[in-house]
Amino acid sequence: MNVLEIKNLSFAYEKQMVLEDITLTVEEKDFLAIIGPNGGGKSTLLKLILGINVYKKGSIKVLGKAPKNSLTQIGYVPQNTNVNTDFPIKVIEVVMMGHVEGKRPLFGYGKHEVLCAMGALEQVGMANFAQTKIGSLSGGQRQRVMIARALCAHPQILILDEPTSSIDITGQREIYELLKQLNTYITVIVVSHDISVILEYANKAAHVNKNLSYHDISDRQSTFHTHGNDGHFCEIELLQMLGSDSCNSCTSTGSATNDTSNTSTSSVTDSNSSVSEPAEAKQQWRLKP
Amino acid sequence: MIEALQFEFMQHALLAGLLVSFAAGIIGSLIVVNRMVFLAGGIAHTSYGGIGLAVYFGLPIFLGASLFAVGAALLIAALTLKKRHRMDTFIGLIWAVGMAIGVIFVDLTPGYNVDLMSYLFGSILAVSTEDLYFMAALLALILVVVTLRYRDILAVSYDSEYAGLRGVNVRFFYTLILILSALTVVIAIKVVGLILVIAMLTIPVYIAEKLSNSLFSMMFLSGAVATLFTLVGLWMSYTYDLTSGASIIIVSALSLGLFLLLNKKVSS
Repeated sequence: MNVLEIKNLSFAYEKQMVLEDITLTVEEKDFLAIIGPNGGGKSTLLKLILGINVYKKGSIKVLGKAPKNSLTQIGYVPQNTNVNTDFPIKVIEVVMMGHVEGKRPLFGYGKHEVLCAMGALEQVGMANFAQTKIGSLSGGQRQRVMIARALCAHPQILILDEPTSSIDITGQREIYELLKQLNTYITVIVVSHDISVILEYANKAAHVNKNLSYHDISDRQSTFHTHGNDGHFCEIELLQMLGSDSCNSCTSTGSATNDTSNTSTSSVTDSNSSVSEPAEAKQQWRLKP
Repeated sequence: MIEALQFEFMQHALLAGLLVSFAAGIIGSLIVVNRMVFLAGGIAHTSYGGIGLAVYFGLPIFLGASLFAVGAALLIAALTLKKRHRMDTFIGLIWAVGMAIGVIFVDLTPGYNVDLMSYLFGSILAVSTEDLYFMAALLALILVVVTLRYRDILAVSYDSEYAGLRGVNVRFFYTLILILSALTVVIAIKVVGLILVIAMLTIPVYIAEKLSNSLFSMMFLSGAVATLFTLVGLWMSYTYDLTSGASIIIVSALSLGLFLLLNKKVSS
């Protein structure tokens, strides 16, 4: 089943074209990474999916419905969860904001809402912090709380905008491990700059820079693991591979071998290999000697 | 001070001080967490336009000031929801134009001119019974709104974009907070005056913010702190024959200094 279907979508702020003719399909339990340069339209694309911005050209279907009508199915973790840290609010209260309008008591929160919020905190491993003031948490912990808030409404899709931009390396790994767990039953869409980390967890990647190029990378994950440098790629290299149609000067660094336990069809060899075919043409990119 | 309480004006002053302080504590909390302090200052000064118009047309001062302040709040809400990045310019504009309108209408009023100073710096000793009703009604309204709609107000204040995604009517609650602020500013004019009101809306809140871990406790704690400051300020004003509004603010400011010093000592 397709949880998200975008067809020929274009969007402009006033006269400046931000997104042009975007087509993208996300299936159930996909882990999609949206990458691309700043100002390339990643956040705008998210806002369109969430119905915050209204599009004029093309179509977006979330679970078969218009974005506005399927908000309850989407869990959203916004960028910059470090703002407003002085705000006097407890972790549990933040999480309960994730509840959708509906039956609720005259005053305060219902028992089922508290239980549901505690469950969500449990899922992200933050249940012990329920009564803590949000400002006293670390960046990574706060991000977990925001994920719990998104999970509170039992969404089918979880969308995160730069979830690890202000977290240290260990914290980032933990967040992605958590997302991987959640991905066993929820579709996950992540916008990130963290290309190397994200590609390790994602099974699909979309590069957005006004246009969108899409890649199925599910069978590439083993390759990333075997790369040196703790799985870190040269970002420019990756961006070129994923982004440009006429990429033929990409080089991969570090030694990599084929992982036989995976059904990988890629052939990655030692350094100075280059891509001879355009990534676009094959609908999946290939590294060739 | 006790013997002074046999005078009706003193009883009124005390009651007005209590009602206004509590309202200011609650609404001040919302103003501070929503980063609307400058905005509230703008509404406070603009309401002088309403006072001028009321004097000119012979309307009750409270009514004129309330209508004008609410009008300004609606205008600011509409402008800031649309063009958030130019907000400070608009507020500065409304701030000055409102005052100018007030001054001109007071000039145009023939005969006896009202005492400008009493509106700028408060005249708590001249609170009438009707004023008290108005203050009590507003406090009741504020209490009803913040208790029944607490979660919506909390959601909009903490993260308005997310609240919108979860089906909360952000525009409505943002405007509602501004209207309640405007009305609170108007009743506070009687007690501390429109220039000093901003201190009353922020100093108790600042102290309460450090001591609370939820918006709800912050609102009621700052209400209590504001009430305490008002009582001490009134006592000081009576004992040393000083302007009441200014006394309340000085007491608040000194207490804040003391609080910060103690806070630093405790945490270090």
